[in-house]
Amino acid sequence: MMVAPVLSVEHLTIRFGGLLAIDDLSFEAAPGDITALIGPNGAGKTTVFNCITGFYKPDVGRMTFRRESGESFLLERMDGFRIARAGVVRTFQNIRLFPGMSVIENLMVAQHVPLMRASLYSVAGFLRLRRYLDVEKQAIERARYWLDKTGLLDQADVPAGSLPYGAQRRLEIARAMCAGPSLLCLDEPAAGLNPRESLALNELLLSIRDEHGISILLIEHDMSVVMQISDRIVVLEQGRKISQGTPDEVRSDPEVIRAYLGVEDEETAVAVLQGQGARG
Amino acid sequence: MAYFLQQLINGITLGATYGLIAIGYTMVYGIVGMINFAHGDIYMIGAFVSLVGFLLLGALGITWVPLACLLVLLFAVGFTAVYGWTVERVAYRPLRGSQRLAPLISAIGVSIVLQNFVQLGQGARVKPLPPMIDGSFELSSSGNFHVTISYLQIGIILLTVALMAGFTYMIRFTGLGRAQRAAEQDKTMAALIGVDVDRTISITFIIGAALAAVAGLMVTLYYGVIDFYIGFVVGIKAFTAAVLGGIGSLPGAMLGGMLIGLIEAFWSGYFSIEYKNVAAFAILVLVLIFRPTGLLGRPEIEKV
Repeated sequence: MMVAPVLSVEHLTIRFGGLLAIDDLSFEAAPGDITALIGPNGAGKTTVFNCITGFYKPDVGRMTFRRESGESFLLERMDGFRIARAGVVRTFQNIRLFPGMSVIENLMVAQHVPLMRASLYSVAGFLRLRRYLDVEKQAIERARYWLDKTGLLDQADVPAGSLPYGAQRRLEIARAMCAGPSLLCLDEPAAGLNPRESLALNELLLSIRDEHGISILLIEHDMSVVMQISDRIVVLEQGRKISQGTPDEVRSDPEVIRAYLGVEDEETAVAVLQGQGARG
Repeated sequence: MAYFLQQLINGITLGATYGLIAIGYTMVYGIVGMINFAHGDIYMIGAFVSLVGFLLLGALGITWVPLACLLVLLFAVGFTAVYGWTVERVAYRPLRGSQRLAPLISAIGVSIVLQNFVQLGQGARVKPLPPMIDGSFELSSSGNFHVTISYLQIGIILLTVALMAGFTYMIRFTGLGRAQRAAEQDKTMAALIGVDVDRTISITFIIGAALAAVAGLMVTLYYGVIDFYIGFVVGIKAFTAAVLGGIGSLPGAMLGGMLIGLIEAFWSGYFSIEYKNVAAFAILVLVLIFRPTGLLGRPEIEKV
């Protein structure tokens, strides 16, 4: 690979008591790519996310995150909020907005770091100094931009907790983008979306990649999402990597067909992997 | 009627100080989910630092009252805030993530430590401060009963209103306030979008201690006597105020403080001064029985 990967995971191993949750996993995510992590339930996909974002400290292994500027960070040595500040931002399988805050406030709090710096830890903000107001204006513009992208602009002042489910999912992605990531980690963003919503999600993710040059790491069960938008796919089973490659390569890998969903019947497995049976 | 008005003024003054202390309880409860039982003693520290400050200024020859009050205010707020920060750092942060009772016990320990520390360092006797701000307005007089509001009472009420307004503004509209509310709702998620949760909690303790220090200064000026034990009863009353208003709710703490102050003033004015604490705490019991979430608190809805 010519370009240095945005994320390299090397020999990642983590054990919970007697359970080997991740077993010597190595993979890379190229900058500007959508890299998908797929695999049956319990394969360890979310555990990988939890390691990358600082929830779990791996027993063995190294995770290197590189920014466009060339700076690199060893994620296993960093606190969660420092990882986020470095530019790795994630969403959760179950939605975790700040339900009591308004939609726009959810996006403003994601821009906490630049705002706090500009406001000299709220002193300038309190005094409404010019310099702070400019930064705040930019933050509001950024928030409005992402609200517009996600179709939530007319609900900016609604409490986030009262939005419908699909809108909450989109707001989570908008909030993650407002935190200014270089690598966006999405844990099942299409879960619970109807086909129309998941189509809109595809477009949103593609535009994040193409217009903003953000790399995406994606966990997803919905194959219609994975196969259509991923550049590379990494397949996990029981904590080990069993395959990787482009959607076409992975789709035709017999090992994946065998493992995925544990289907004996090859035709069904192929149908699932092609995204036809994903909701059936 | 005149007597009622006088008690109303006294009650509001008292309620203002309770409200300032109650904010510290409610804010800490909101963000870390613990009752900081050492908060009353932080207030007591604030009162002592104020007293020391006045004595120091007297020794330095600064006797112009407004300047002295301003300097002591800054001194007390700064010094007490350091106490607040240290207590959190030493006694609560290491216990975060352990079981819920641990920081509570730790808080009771800190409370005892602070009381004994001041008792040993400053002596157990009551410390007097000669009255510094004299004079008052006469609002009305009927016969030989005069309704008055002293300059000091006006000062206390105005300063409290200003602090509460500034504080409400900070919570609602500044980045720090947003970070505090976010950490209150979901600390993990707040950290994952870049909020330094530990620092936000530290700042919360610092602000709480600063407000308690202001209350300490006010009470020192108002009553003119303090001792190492004043933090206990006042702390419990401010806690009652926070619960009455709905713990976790900032307007609730202010409202609760005001109500407790008024109840105390009217009870001692119309019934008996010996039973004023009984009245205040009876309210706590009634609230807990009939409205456990307090006046402005929202019930916690568990999502399934």
